[in-house]
Amino acid sequence: MSAPADHPASSVDTAPEIADDIKTTTCYMCACRCGIRVHLKNGAVRHIDGNPAHPVNRGVICAKGASGIMQQHSPARLTKPLLRVGPRGAGEFREIEWSEALDIAATWLGDIRRRAPRELAFFSGRDQSQSFTGWWAQQFGTVNYAAHGGFCSVNMAAAGLYSIGGSFWEFGEPDWTHTRYFLLFGVAEDHASNPIKIGLGQLKSRPDAKFVSVNPVRTGYSAIADEWVGIRPGTDGLFVAALINELLAADKVDWASLARYTNAAWLVIDEPGTATHGLIARDAHDQPLCVDARTGALVSAGSADLEPRFVGRVELADGRHAAPAFEGFARRFLDPQFEPAAVAARCGIEAGTIRRIAAEIAEVAFERTVTLDIPWTDAWGRHHAQMTGRPVSMHAMRGISAHANGFHTCRLIHALQMLLGTIDVPGGFRYKPPFPRPIPPAGSPATGSAPGQPLTRMPLGFPRGPEYLLTDADGTPERLDHAFSWEYPLALHGMLHTVIHNAWKGDPYPIDTLFLYMANMAWNSSMDIPATIRQLTDRREDGEYRIPHLIYSDAYYSETVPYADLVLPDTTYLERWDCISLLDRPISDANGAADAIRQPVLTPDRDVRPFQDVLLELGARLHLPGMTNDDGTPRYPGGYSDYLRHHVRANDVGPLAGWRGADGGATFRGAANEDQLERYIEHGCFFRAALPPSLRYFRHSNQPYLEYAQQAGWIGAAQHIPLELYSETLQKFRLAAEGHGELQPPDALRARIATNFDPLPLWQPLAPDDSTFPLHALTQRPMHMYHSWGSQNAWLRQLTTRNALYVHPDTARRAGLADGDWTWIISASGRVKAQIKTMHGVNPDTVWTWNAIGKRSGAWGLAPDAPEARQGFLLNHLIPIHVGATGRASVNADPLTGQAAWFDLKVRLEKCGVDEPEVSAPVFATLPARGPARTAVLRRGLALKGEPTGREAREHHEYLGGSAQAGDDEEAS
Amino acid sequence: MTMLPQTTAKKLGLVIDLDTCVGCHACATSCKQWNDAGHSAPLTDTDPYGAAPDGVWFNRVHSYEVQTAHGSKTVNFPKSCLHCDNAPCVTVCPTGASFKRVEDGIVLVDADKCIGCKLCSWACPYGAREYDATDGVMKKCTLCVDRIYNENLDAAARVPACVAACPTGARSFGDLGDPASGVSALVRARGGYDLMPEQGCAPVNQYLPPRAVTPLVQQPLSRHAGGIESALLRWIDRVLS
Repeated sequence: MSAPADHPASSVDTAPEIADDIKTTTCYMCACRCGIRVHLKNGAVRHIDGNPAHPVNRGVICAKGASGIMQQHSPARLTKPLLRVGPRGAGEFREIEWSEALDIAATWLGDIRRRAPRELAFFSGRDQSQSFTGWWAQQFGTVNYAAHGGFCSVNMAAAGLYSIGGSFWEFGEPDWTHTRYFLLFGVAEDHASNPIKIGLGQLKSRPDAKFVSVNPVRTGYSAIADEWVGIRPGTDGLFVAALINELLAADKVDWASLARYTNAAWLVIDEPGTATHGLIARDAHDQPLCVDARTGALVSAGSADLEPRFVGRVELADGRHAAPAFEGFARRFLDPQFEPAAVAARCGIEAGTIRRIAAEIAEVAFERTVTLDIPWTDAWGRHHAQMTGRPVSMHAMRGISAHANGFHTCRLIHALQMLLGTIDVPGGFRYKPPFPRPIPPAGSPATGSAPGQPLTRMPLGFPRGPEYLLTDADGTPERLDHAFSWEYPLALHGMLHTVIHNAWKGDPYPIDTLFLYMANMAWNSSMDIPATIRQLTDRREDGEYRIPHLIYSDAYYSETVPYADLVLPDTTYLERWDCISLLDRPISDANGAADAIRQPVLTPDRDVRPFQDVLLELGARLHLPGMTNDDGTPRYPGGYSDYLRHHVRANDVGPLAGWRGADGGATFRGAANEDQLERYIEHGCFFRAALPPSLRYFRHSNQPYLEYAQQAGWIGAAQHIPLELYSETLQKFRLAAEGHGELQPPDALRARIATNFDPLPLWQPLAPDDSTFPLHALTQRPMHMYHSWGSQNAWLRQLTTRNALYVHPDTARRAGLADGDWTWIISASGRVKAQIKTMHGVNPDTVWTWNAIGKRSGAWGLAPDAPEARQGFLLNHLIPIHVGATGRASVNADPLTGQAAWFDLKVRLEKCGVDEPEVSAPVFATLPARGPARTAVLRRGLALKGEPTGREAREHHEYLGGSAQAGDDEEAS
Repeated sequence: MTMLPQTTAKKLGLVIDLDTCVGCHACATSCKQWNDAGHSAPLTDTDPYGAAPDGVWFNRVHSYEVQTAHGSKTVNFPKSCLHCDNAPCVTVCPTGASFKRVEDGIVLVDADKCIGCKLCSWACPYGAREYDATDGVMKKCTLCVDRIYNENLDAAARVPACVAACPTGARSFGDLGDPASGVSALVRARGGYDLMPEQGCAPVNQYLPPRAVTPLVQQPLSRHAGGIESALLRWIDRVLS
């Protein structure tokens, strides 16, 4: 026998050299924006780990982040600008120099700008520089700009911003430290990747906290929930309505919070058929009115010691009648149709479960309050010694937003929060600065593209009534995507999913150039991919493409690249400057405002340029205001980093909030600072201004916080932000639809507007059950590929190279299917072939699969016979862009926000015949290969193995899970 | 045959909380990334962009369903070498390449002695060994022996890469041979258990089972009868009283 003595300790090198340099930057493997440390050896990346000091991830890293280095090895990386030489879609290109590429783009865009700037449609996908790209569109003068929010999560953003002045995900988070009941609705795996995982880990370690996941599928987060509620898709609003019904019937309502912080007690004019019906009754000073419960008199809602009545119709001074908003709310939700027993079958949840959850929520909210010994001052100047909260928190995401009833479903969740008094309280939902904002936020969408002129404001905004819509006199949309028209009045994030169709159709007008950035619109980012491809390649009678020019910028050879006329190759995230700005999608947490940068860690080994640099250069060539000096020279010759340092907007606000002012001593507002980026780099590439504990809760009504926010430039006035259980803004649109006011919708849209612009939260059933297509079909991304470009990543693709359709065993049996069988998935608009896997953890009326695993053969540098192309599949082919009647307002979307209704898909399963090949379908023609030959063996790390340094072994130290991730929340308690 | 040490000074190992693991694979890719350039570098990948991509991974996460008394449950199960006290992979090794360190109990492979016979992978009941066909040697989890003692890293990073990465805090690391250690206390508190104890391997790594969930309430809310009309009366009274 060999003895253990053969292996003395010294034979194992416990102290190899690791890195000769460590650089911090911000991850971009998904949208989460964690801080990372890139460990470099001889200029190459040895490994990437989480930055322990960073507020987003506190040192942890996810599967994608730890695989970022493999993006640098991807054979899909584009290497040089490309000019199309064959027909669109054939993938035949000529490599060109940047000078030629920029000449071509500047020629096309210059012609457009002189003629009609709106003929440029500039849409970005997973862009994290929207305050910059939107500004660029403004300077160019086109209203046709947006990013991908319209097909992602605008229902969450819109419902939140029009109800509570903030929203889930990026604008808010649960109070992980103090919550005792956490309801997670429809969260696709890993949206807000590490913060949610860190938070769930914290919750799971606390015996006094319960985590309930409401989700048709039990994977990932739902797998560790203390209770999984396998709801039927699209019925979350009905489930929440039943919870509200149960709470109202038991008087489990936080009356004080409703009175003080919401508009529940405000009087709503009750004069049906008149022009003021449904508007808030106001006094001579334009202050909302309430009824004083002690005297019965009409009083201003703003009075400090308000004790209002919540029900009871009254007569106003002018003889009109009015009733508190809450009365309408209660009338609606105490209706027997919302009793738990009445909704159980439709939701797929037993009535007893709904009743128990309502009782648990009430128990935690009203019997297990959390009190922090932190004094604070409210908006009425009253001092409070403590902060007391009802520790029920909620979070929701794609599963709520990607339905046509998503806006109102999300509003229902916010209504439940308001009823319980859990908005920005200890243990509840918390805003992340710069939220809350006034409801709705300031700023309206830009209108009026004119030749050679910039827009007067940013393209996207927040309509506060019909007068802010972008339509001409007959109701025709001003924007190509029809956002902010009568069709989709609250399409706050634009509607990327309609752009290709509308550009092809010339609806409402033809465009010249479609300019896309990081949006895989010829594949998994479009509904009905075959139709999209036809529209991209369709020609007019004169032989020209119906979409004459298509410019595309991306770092990788995606399925969309072959459809571009001009390809501008982008860098990877490790090769660029970037800015995660408070002006668009900041990295703030509830306890502090924060922003971040990316710095170039690696030098590109290809002839590629950061997209933002290219935009600035194009802007200078086009002499766009803001990008050009008076003498015609470029304003930012140093590219995007030059812009980040020197660009200043109104009120001395710039892209970055930290180290402003000439000496770097100013925060949020101040002059440009020459050394600002250096300060960021010294501080780990992020900036965070921690809020003092007294400013961390009740911020809709916390006077010192509101003043802080005003000074920071986040809100116009330091005024109380009443939460809107009742939305007068929505009612203004409804009144227009009912024939009031100068601006009214086209007749064809009156009923649609009147129905959907209900000022109260509304349960809207989706299409009635159809026995032809009885099953809901959903997708989600696996956590290791969420929001990422993972299929060309050599490590991530080993985790998932193909996808199956997951089916409940009972459902499979009814369809004659067994685990492993191949099936046709059939919708009203198409069919897809796939292999099934059975699982119990799925709602029986639902099938689902991992999204965006299926790839088109030949794309992404993968072998044409890669499993992604042979066995992988997408459900996109089954999802129509338009539903119901043809013509206006028929997009498969939420009728208020235009949010793409990906999850309204209904299908049936038909077992494949024995003679059908076990390959997914439909099959698209293989794209021609690009890039270097695929390597047969990867042995990246061999050259990076560290030499021994001979340093003595240090004592090991213990690590208890979760210990390193505790934030500064405890400062507050 | 290779001998195991009679005892080890420490029993360094992992405690993995199955009640908290969401199956995100952060541990798996962080492990891959570190060890690709680590003690056993590289962790070769073959056909990385082709029809049958494969690679060496020291840590893999399996997700599956189990049936329990309360219905089915989804389990995310990360698996790596358990650094067993009675490691059959060591005793089966014909060359002495597989060994268990006396000082900390970590099971390693000496690549210079490994002949790639794969007996160890047959002997391991957990399937934790990884053969690198390109190098022709067996590789495996080193418990990041080149991290945990390594003064070239900052102190906080001197834990296994999988542990440092884990976003939910489902992974802990320490001396399971020391009853006073935090990890030992965690195992006691949570009822940590040996994986497949019937195999007699005496694994050092421990798994924590799901916590019991106790009901928050015994009764549903008591509803007032009478719907909205009764509520309106009630609420008018409430505010007036």
